[in-house]
Amino acid sequence: MYINAASAISPQLSFRQASFLQDWRLLTGHRAACVEPAYADIIEPKLIRRMSRIIRMGVATAMDTLQQAGCTNPDAIITGTAYGCLEDTGIFLKRMVENQEEMLTPTAFIQSTHNTVGAQVALLLKCHSYNNTFVQRSHSFESSLLDADMFLKENPGAKILVGAADELTDYSYTILERFGLFRSHPAGEGACYFVVGSEPDAGAFARVNGVRTLFRPTPGKLEDALAALLAENGLFAGEIDLVLSGNLPGAAAARQYEVIENQLLASVPKIYFKLLCGEYPTATSFGTWLGATILKSQAIPAGLCDAPPTLMRHFLVYLADTAGYHSLTLLTKC
Amino acid sequence: MAAPVYIAGLGAVSAIGDNVQENISSLKEGRAGLGPVRYLRTRHAEMFPVGEVKATNEELAIRCGWTGTNSRTAMLGYLAAKEALEDAGLSLHGHAGDEAGRSAGSGMTEGWMAGELACRVGLISATSVGGMDLTEDFFPAFMANPKAGKLSQVYQHECGAITEKMALELGVSDFVTTISTACSSSANAIMMGARMIRSGLLDVVVAGGTDALSRFTLNGFNTLMILDSQLCQPFDKGRRGLNLGEGAGFVVLVSEQVAKALGQSMDVVLSGYCNANDAHHQTASSPEGIGSYTAMKGAMKMAGLEPAEIGYINLHGTGTQNNDASESTAIQRIFGDAYPRMSSTKSFTGHTLAACGGIEAVYTVVSLRQQCLFPGLRIEVPVIDKPGVMVQVFEEDADIRHIISNSFGFGGNCSSLIFSLV
Repeated sequence: MYINAASAISPQLSFRQASFLQDWRLLTGHRAACVEPAYADIIEPKLIRRMSRIIRMGVATAMDTLQQAGCTNPDAIITGTAYGCLEDTGIFLKRMVENQEEMLTPTAFIQSTHNTVGAQVALLLKCHSYNNTFVQRSHSFESSLLDADMFLKENPGAKILVGAADELTDYSYTILERFGLFRSHPAGEGACYFVVGSEPDAGAFARVNGVRTLFRPTPGKLEDALAALLAENGLFAGEIDLVLSGNLPGAAAARQYEVIENQLLASVPKIYFKLLCGEYPTATSFGTWLGATILKSQAIPAGLCDAPPTLMRHFLVYLADTAGYHSLTLLTKC
Repeated sequence: MAAPVYIAGLGAVSAIGDNVQENISSLKEGRAGLGPVRYLRTRHAEMFPVGEVKATNEELAIRCGWTGTNSRTAMLGYLAAKEALEDAGLSLHGHAGDEAGRSAGSGMTEGWMAGELACRVGLISATSVGGMDLTEDFFPAFMANPKAGKLSQVYQHECGAITEKMALELGVSDFVTTISTACSSSANAIMMGARMIRSGLLDVVVAGGTDALSRFTLNGFNTLMILDSQLCQPFDKGRRGLNLGEGAGFVVLVSEQVAKALGQSMDVVLSGYCNANDAHHQTASSPEGIGSYTAMKGAMKMAGLEPAEIGYINLHGTGTQNNDASESTAIQRIFGDAYPRMSSTKSFTGHTLAACGGIEAVYTVVSLRQQCLFPGLRIEVPVIDKPGVMVQVFEEDADIRHIISNSFGFGGNCSSLIFSLV
């Protein structure tokens, strides 16, 4: 599976930029909100007003990546979102409580369903193709990638729009903060969409050589999963040039990363992508965007990696969280 | 021809029964589960009939053997998925939750076994409300004071957290995911499960969906003005809207190799499926039923079936003006005047949202096995007026080999599944 186009809205200047994260900044404060573009270039203004942030960000990155790929009618639209449309969910809940279940209006409810982003993209494109939405916490994006990969094997030559979106709201920040999620690092959010196909286009970003998801694995199972992923691609651990890691120094999940990061791939250079996008469950979509863009440009934005690799051929996007979700995504230079 | 995917186990909990057998008895006896709200705390309790599972949360927790705060969605899902796994006859060795697991190092094989065959087992569930039933209890206190409200009530808010809890309790860990495409969610979960088996990624998939009633959904559907204040009448010309229901339905899908190892007679396969998008409106279906037409056509194409070979359609049939008009138009476009038999079992269960595709898949498989047709209730003037098309009373000795089960949802998501006798 090849990533032929990619688009990201994140807390960094990442959307339709001439330069690749040249002015990236370390996130400060407790909440890292996305840098949102002027949507009027991408979405009809009268539609924008009705859309919540997650829908705007999702639709904008979807449209942008489709434009890059010159694709107007994808063969599948697959979206991952852990939390879904939180803003509209919160609005409807708040009014329901305040008005004691009376005098409610439908807009927020209609837009609160988890498949709204993928549905809006289909609606704007008038696209009748396969459309699916995965909502498995930190594996929402990986489930989507896995679906896309299967779809391409079933339908070689298909062009697939696949991505993930999650938004941070006042309610979700306040609640997740109480769970202790952002003690070491800011909360984040973002939307990233990709166009993938079974063959590389002229401007292809990278090849996705495999996705593994594991739920509460033993160290042995984690080791086996990495070994199998490498073996499938005829690689040795030493041939991984860079790990795009969801780890954060001092984070509650840091312990979960030990087997892969400190034992198996200890000497491999690392980029901690959540330093750029903040903590959120579908952050691996940003990690994948970052890795794929580095592989395409063969350049790492200055200051992002302590010991940048000299060769940039094979990258591993790796995420682990406190709930026990692990994912491994192997990206290779085209 | 793609590898066959067999149905090895069934599980269902709904307003008409706590297990598959009770559900089927109710369908045969024409006993609907719709009525006034008894368990959900809502201001609209007198206003709209619903299809509740007849148990309090405390009673469900006892049946699950669970302690602590758990979403009704998770409990319903667990009960149906567990029934399906037990029905399939798979056995789990060395699960952390059982005695064998605690005596680790005893040399026992770990994981799921079909007879002597070790299997990779996945859980692909579906839900639209997730743990909203608890979140809406958390919110009043939280809105008054952001530091208030019990966090245990939002721990399972995410849809994925519901499936995660189910997977942990069931002992399924090879692959776990959740699909949320509104009312087509569990049909898409079953489709995803079959594709993973055909792709060789898994040997067994417990696939289906679960949704509990919540004030959030009841009020949401009320704002759309598509709830019926009387008992719903799907596919009747005088239909007024839908009744919401709750429940869970799961099937156990297995590869041919697992089917052989289980040694049961494997008589039903999932022969076709298709997911299409109506791309017409966020909540309404297109008048010509583009999405539903495409889904049914696609599933028939995959199964290699002509219209005349479809014996029965388990309709999405919500009872809203819009759905039933759109769905019947799509059916007419495919079948012309040569309609298969059809009915909507939502007239028994209510519309169980993300669970309906799973529950109706269970009914469909039983229909094929027992060669019988379950009715749609309360039809006075059928939408499809050709006599003898709508199934209005329970019928035995039906001669059917292939059944379409339709599930359509918000966001234009339309999915059709075809189950066939081998």
